[in-house]
Amino acid sequence: MELRKLALSVTATAALALSASAAQAASHACEELHLGAAISLTGKYATNGIHAQNGYDYAIKKIDEAGGVKVDGKCYNFKVTYYDDESKGDRGATLAERLINQDGVQYMLGPYSSGLTKAIAPVTEKYGIPMVEAEGASRSLFNKGYKYLFAVLSTSEQYLASAITLAAEQATKNGGSPSDVKVAIAVENDPFSLDIRAGVLEDAKKLGMKVVIDEKLPRDLSDMTAILTKVKLVKPDVLIVSGHSKGAATAVRQIGEQKISVPMVAITHCEAADVTGNFGDFAESILCSTQWAETLTYEDPIFGTAANYETEFKATYPEYAEKKVPYQTAQASAAVYVFKDAFERAGTLDKDAVRDAIAATDLKTFYGDIRFSEAGNNVAKPMVLRQIQGGEYNVVAPSAFASHELVWPRN
Amino acid sequence: MDQILFNLGLLAEYPVVNLKIIIDGVMIGALFALAAYGLALVWGVMNVKNLAQGDFVIAGGYVAWWGAQQGMHPLLGVPAAFILMWGLGWVVYKLLITRVIERDLFTSLLATFGLAIMMAQIMNLMFGSDTQSINLGYETLYFADGLIDVPIAKLIGVCMAAGLAAGVITFMKYSRMGQAIRATAQDSRAARVMGIDTEKVYAFTFSLNSAICGAAGAIIVMVWVIQPFYGITYSVRAFVIVTAAGLGNLPGVITAGLGIGAAEQYGSHIFGIGYQQAIAVILLLLVLVWRLSQQRKNRQVLK
Repeated sequence: MELRKLALSVTATAALALSASAAQAASHACEELHLGAAISLTGKYATNGIHAQNGYDYAIKKIDEAGGVKVDGKCYNFKVTYYDDESKGDRGATLAERLINQDGVQYMLGPYSSGLTKAIAPVTEKYGIPMVEAEGASRSLFNKGYKYLFAVLSTSEQYLASAITLAAEQATKNGGSPSDVKVAIAVENDPFSLDIRAGVLEDAKKLGMKVVIDEKLPRDLSDMTAILTKVKLVKPDVLIVSGHSKGAATAVRQIGEQKISVPMVAITHCEAADVTGNFGDFAESILCSTQWAETLTYEDPIFGTAANYETEFKATYPEYAEKKVPYQTAQASAAVYVFKDAFERAGTLDKDAVRDAIAATDLKTFYGDIRFSEAGNNVAKPMVLRQIQGGEYNVVAPSAFASHELVWPRN
Repeated sequence: MDQILFNLGLLAEYPVVNLKIIIDGVMIGALFALAAYGLALVWGVMNVKNLAQGDFVIAGGYVAWWGAQQGMHPLLGVPAAFILMWGLGWVVYKLLITRVIERDLFTSLLATFGLAIMMAQIMNLMFGSDTQSINLGYETLYFADGLIDVPIAKLIGVCMAAGLAAGVITFMKYSRMGQAIRATAQDSRAARVMGIDTEKVYAFTFSLNSAICGAAGAIIVMVWVIQPFYGITYSVRAFVIVTAAGLGNLPGVITAGLGIGAAEQYGSHIFGIGYQQAIAVILLLLVLVWRLSQQRKNRQVLK
């Protein structure tokens, strides 16, 4: 009872403070529109958490410059309250409660990683707070019947499934049939990588391919030689590896060292592990999945083309000048854009109306098309495969957006 | 079950793979043994169970990695990590370990656990959470139609580990400080009565442990990869090895290290790589059960 009273009074104070600040802002051109986010600024997801935060902030700045968010004739600018979730799920859930109950946040941006999103989604759901997230890809987020959760990115089972399609195309091209293709899978034993495996298995089965190796890597994997030796003996046509950046780094290094000559190798987290920078030639002709690439031909009125996003973002954040802008940043910006679009279509700040507007999103952005399924995941944007060719990441699939031909077989 | 039979079939079909598995296992085991050796020292001499063992390893790796970023030759990273981590070990001893050394088991466990969390987080803030590694760019040697591959970088790493271990063993056996350390390990009160400055011995032992870990980390970053939060892997392995080998049994620690490395490789080949760590822990269980039964038989006094 005491606690509830306290919470009530705190909420009241927060509301008071909010209205005070709103009154203050009224003298400016646009009012503030509060969003909240728990994001990993420390802990193991810190690198990507900061990428996402920069993506949010950059989008807010761009929308501000483009005249803000126009809701029912009034103009607003987004302002985000961030809390550091320390990369921990329980902390994320507590912070979501705090954002909603104490800070009076009515709309949330997502945290980084599927795990954190999984921890926070039940909270936003409980209070009916719409959350647009950009960094949680696990498909288990979208089979819980959540009504207020929306994700702009492709779900994780699509990450490497396109490699299977590509392998089937190659087999047909070389006069064989997809059912002759032998697949080897080595994924980490965590929800994200297991989703990837499920997607690959599903597509391989559909095409009648034979899965010859199907192993789960331990979380603290330091060495893959045992699996790669097996690969050398069994000689599959496609090798699929997913184990976050440690898995990517270990796989690329040891595939090179052991001279594994599989015609097609597809992995995730190439950029995070900087496989081209760290391992040079070893990384040659490996396929890497990505949510987004700056060479894609998408565009929108706020951010311009994908290439434009890349150059302007780098101008704003000089620390990215030396590297490519990660897709984590691009999709975070896209999530903010979804909110802007939904607010404008809803024409009100009522959170349920905004929720319905988000659900009806049909948006073309620099990041790709965005249209949500009943479950809340984006079904309009395909996953992209890039191949490392001469140390460069070149898009080779899906063929509609490909800028380069696939090099096959590798070495 | 089919999978296991299939894997065993592969071993029978290509017998040379057995050799490869053992070679790989020994190479990994050598580095586990190094970290475990340091732990055995600290455990035996000071009765401190250092849960931050793996984080010292990773910290050493970052010293070498950072040096390489600054243009230092990667192989120089090993002595550099040894020296810098020696200094860090000494600071940690003076700030923290000296306060928990006479306390009970849980105080030292808690203190070093806290230290482990802090070290991981500090490294995360300093270097970011991306995985890092150094590519020496050396050739790989191939034998038996390419089925056996020995990267020269790995070979150099294992040789350095062996050299370091031999150096430390010689030091412990023949130097005055080594004698003092062993005396303190046997009975610290008696050692103090005999005029040994045990405080100095403790500080020295802890710094030496930290330096050994650092060197191991510098080798690991050349052969595998490091990340601020992967210290726990090496902590767990070190504990398993020391517990299995027993304290004060340095050749035993090295044998156990190599053995666990090979057993993990075999296990992951036959049962699947997901069971790699399970193999290590099952092995520990078996050793403990066996040792317990031996002790019952011999009715010895516990040391």
